Amino acid sequence: MASRFEELFLPHLDAAYSLARYLARDAVAADDIVQESYLRAFRSFASYRGGDAKSWLLAIVRNCSFDWSKSHRAGVDTELPEPDALPDPAQDNPESAALRASESQRVRSSIKRLPEPFRETLVLRELEELSYKEIAQLTGVPVGTVMSRLARARQMLMKELEPPQ
Amino acid sequence: MSACSDKEALLHGLLDGELDAANVLACEAHLRECADCAAEFERLLMLRGRLRSGGARYVAPEGLRSRIVAKLAAETVDARPKSAARRIRRGVLPWAFGGSMAAVAAALAFVVVIRLPMQGIAEELVADHVRSTLVTHLTDVETSDRHVVKPWFAGKVDFAPPVLELSDIGFPLVGGRLDYVRGRTVAAIVYRRRQHIINVFVWPVSGVTEPMAASLRRDGYNLTGWRRGGLQFWAVSDVDAGDLQQLKQALIARTAD
Repeated sequence: MASRFEELFLPHLDAAYSLARYLARDAVAADDIVQESYLRAFRSFASYRGGDAKSWLLAIVRNCSFDWSKSHRAGVDTELPEPDALPDPAQDNPESAALRASESQRVRSSIKRLPEPFRETLVLRELEELSYKEIAQLTGVPVGTVMSRLARARQMLMKELEPPQ
Repeated sequence: MSACSDKEALLHGLLDGELDAANVLACEAHLRECADCAAEFERLLMLRGRLRSGGARYVAPEGLRSRIVAKLAAETVDARPKSAARRIRRGVLPWAFGGSMAAVAAALAFVVVIRLPMQGIAEELVADHVRSTLVTHLTDVETSDRHVVKPWFAGKVDFAPPVLELSDIGFPLVGGRLDYVRGRTVAAIVYRRRQHIINVFVWPVSGVTEPMAASLRRDGYNLTGWRRGGLQFWAVSDVDAGDLQQLKQALIARTAD
């Protein structure tokens, strides 16, 4: 049973971690949240009735993240800018690597500044590429609400990221 | 420079591939006519490009996967069907309090002997299997080389259990061990299926009391028994019954020649 569970859910480890990271906005907490999520998922594996494994897992990650947030603080971003993915010397010259690192850092911190529930909706759609319907089920709101949250999240992000004209 | 307010949802829907065919056509037609909406759609595409190509998605840190696998393994041990393990402890513990390891070993042998007539063979095989995975005594000879395992048995039991290399079909050989079933020494050949251990117990057929062939389930473990060439085989594991059948078929097919 453990191996079937691992086959189904370990491929979604990056998705789980990335979502936890954006919801908790804390690297250490994200690590704990993901471990706890996998444990919870394993314990309730008996209630998994097929369906999309990624959505099922992410719903648990989301719950674990909210539990963590509730018990830790009122959603203030304390995460410092992180030293991002190290440049690959074979691929990049130092300048373009640095540019790219600062670009991804900028995008990440813009996403983290989005208030909930816009942040999670945007992450689920743009980074995890879930459908409106999947996001609606996962977050427990109607599809129409997903659409309006997504539109609002994108407007806020574009405002942050685009240079003022 | 902003889109027509009634078209906003359509633009996002088009971007997300969530529109039906009719709305896709209508929206694309509108984009050809309306410069504002076309510009807005362009912005949305740019944003998507930045989000998806800029490395915004996090990658799990090194080691997180193995921490999870370790937690799950610990959980599996905890959640392992208790009764077989408890049976062992119940049998051993009162004696163990008495003292030395020798006493424990003697007690264990005693327990095995006196309990045999009262238990079905399936329960005993499961108990052997559980014990082999709980204590660090999975194998006496640990090697994936059947040419090592086979001669190892030769000096220990009075029959020649077939030892096969089955990693080509996903059952790598782990090793061999001596065990006790029905008071006699039997060969246990250990295979692995993904993360699971499979014990194949083998002994010569002595009478007509053992079942010829059976597949059953006890305490969450699957067992499959069969007879071949004067030997009784029992495969025991927590893998699916289907996996055990596959192992059995392979063992039968490959010992035929």
